Amino acid sequence: MLLSGSDILVKTLIEQGCDTVFGYPGGQILNVYDSLYNHQDEINHVLTAHEQGATHAADGYARTTGKVGVVISTSGPGATNLVTGIATAYLDSVPMVAICGNVPTGQIGTDSFQEIDITGITLPITKHNYFVGKVEDLADTIREAFKLAKSGRPGPVLIDVPKDVQVAKCDYTQQPPVVKDEAFAAKELRIQEAAKYINACKKPLIYFGGGLITSEAQDEMLELADKIDAPIGCSLMGLSAIPTDHPRFLGMQGMHGHFASSMAMHNADLIISLGVRFNDRVTGNRQKFARGAKIVHIDVDGSELCKTVNAACGLRGDVKLTLQQLLPLINKSEKPEWAAKVNALKEEEESYLDNREGLTPRRAIMTLNKYLGENTAVCTDVGQHQMWSAQNLVFKKPRRFASSGGLGTMGYGFGAAIGAAYGTGERSVLVTGDGSFVMNMNELTTAVRYHIPVVILLLNNGVLGMVRPCPTLLYDKHYSNSVLDNKMDFAAFAKAVGADGVTVDTPEDLDAALKTAFTAEGPYVINCMIGKDEFVLPMLPPNGSMDDIITKLEVEL
Amino acid sequence: MNRYTLAILVRNQFGVMNRLTSMFRRRQFNISSLSASETESDKYSRLTFTFDGTENGKQQLINQLYKLPDVYAIKELLTDNSISREVMLIKLKNDSKTRSEIYAAADAFKAETIDYTKDSIVLQLIGTAATMDDFIALMSEYTILEICRSGTASIEKGGATLRQNLML
Repeated sequence: MLLSGSDILVKTLIEQGCDTVFGYPGGQILNVYDSLYNHQDEINHVLTAHEQGATHAADGYARTTGKVGVVISTSGPGATNLVTGIATAYLDSVPMVAICGNVPTGQIGTDSFQEIDITGITLPITKHNYFVGKVEDLADTIREAFKLAKSGRPGPVLIDVPKDVQVAKCDYTQQPPVVKDEAFAAKELRIQEAAKYINACKKPLIYFGGGLITSEAQDEMLELADKIDAPIGCSLMGLSAIPTDHPRFLGMQGMHGHFASSMAMHNADLIISLGVRFNDRVTGNRQKFARGAKIVHIDVDGSELCKTVNAACGLRGDVKLTLQQLLPLINKSEKPEWAAKVNALKEEEESYLDNREGLTPRRAIMTLNKYLGENTAVCTDVGQHQMWSAQNLVFKKPRRFASSGGLGTMGYGFGAAIGAAYGTGERSVLVTGDGSFVMNMNELTTAVRYHIPVVILLLNNGVLGMVRPCPTLLYDKHYSNSVLDNKMDFAAFAKAVGADGVTVDTPEDLDAALKTAFTAEGPYVINCMIGKDEFVLPMLPPNGSMDDIITKLEVEL
Repeated sequence: MNRYTLAILVRNQFGVMNRLTSMFRRRQFNISSLSASETESDKYSRLTFTFDGTENGKQQLINQLYKLPDVYAIKELLTDNSISREVMLIKLKNDSKTRSEIYAAADAFKAETIDYTKDSIVLQLIGTAATMDDFIALMSEYTILEICRSGTASIEKGGATLRQNLML
């Protein structure tokens, strides 16, 4: 069938199982938008307020569905606006295909209007990228991009399509969706070696991340934990993989992780890490990190093994397949002493919990928990609210938490919540702060346009809370540009763009507002006033170890 | 610190070298020598590069290289199982006082004269990187006007080829 490049592009997306794309039109991508118009019964396009919001939406869609998220933009500024979203997806291993238009091939390299070298710009933040020089290569390039995006350790792939390639015609034959590269288990010898370490340990801790969700290895991990009587902790990216109330689960680890979880890791003699890297937010000072522990590290990306911390045994392979081969080699054992120690840590953690009266951040998240359905996706921005969410949200199902972990992108959440609503087909939740929300609040117009039910819980403390504690603790209270003190009425803003919203400052009012928000037809903003001096605790001071963990605040504010 | 030599087979396409060097730069791998050329097949280009680092650093570099879709095969070449050669062009000041000494050294190193003017001599030298270093050290007694080195080209001894390591 002889088709134009733009038709081929859209038909190949449909062929690859893509039903929803996010994007923003412009001069050099108009042909593709015309094709999208002609195929609107088969593929849904969501117009965002800004290309950055579109990438985050594609990201939120991908994280909640496990499918490849697709974003489309024009050349030049449209393409550069994708950069933060692509980098966010890259650092968190989210499968994404970003497609942008470019000036006709004859004009490439001449600094034409809205021409930019986007393949050059995105080189370090994509798994791979393509400049499609001729229409004959277009369909196969898109197929290859989908395959790359979802194979192995997933990530974003960018395709740059010049205008003349969109116009030119060639033959198109529909093909089945590409399948991922076949997953493989780690080498047998390594698995035997890992089994030796695991069978010899006395104080094991299982530590998992987003890779466990990608590999869908939850059952195998829980079987291993039961077999060796091990507690389980995770990174921010691992949250929602297993139910929060699972008896072996201690919660998130690291700088603002759960006390018991971080301390168990610190005291373990063996850390079994599954699809997770040892980010500095987790380890703190690497020289002092879990000094008594050996590490058995399973990851599909070999470059993560021994990258930041030395693993006694590094296994490159799919987590699920590797665990399946490992499990029969593991002896069942009980470790009552270690279990008692972990229980004592949990009890100690209880004593640190924030049980103050009034509208505290923790109470706000706990109130939100009451309204979350099994299938509700919660997205966050970046800052204190993100950590309070990570610490206190109760998850029931995998892929129901989306947060920018690696890049720490303020402004990520709203786009992600829009994508998550499409991904789950349900109301989604955005927990945000007054700093992050203002970065991309333009996307409220998108949510209004499409009647997307997003509950926005904005924890408003009037300051950039995550950077504020540093001056308080380390910089002689020099609050350099961290006090926002916006005079903005967020509820009025919501109304101004056609949504609805309310400001609350008591737990009772928050509860009532959430009740309204969870029945609203479109987006609903809850401007939740909290104190400006709220801290995220526990806190690992920069470059500290778990020995330095701050569980109570003793500084005078 | 050890010196390592890696031979890499990559897709023969514009921009591939940029992808590799961009990765070296952003992960702070310092490459001491790099040579690139087309191969027996027009599908592949071959790169040889040497760098100084630790065993861990080398492994990390290999792991990162494997993640690039344009990289087809990587092999570490060890001194006892491979042959390495480099070409150097060295331009020296031509003056009557030092000419005979320069030529005595050139003869000893089997360097060839490829350009000769009344002010300058250009010598071509083929050998290992260490030979080049030795010759440069010797010539530093005189006036070196310019040096251009090709970077090391390395190949395995015997019948083994890099293409046998292709990742499918």
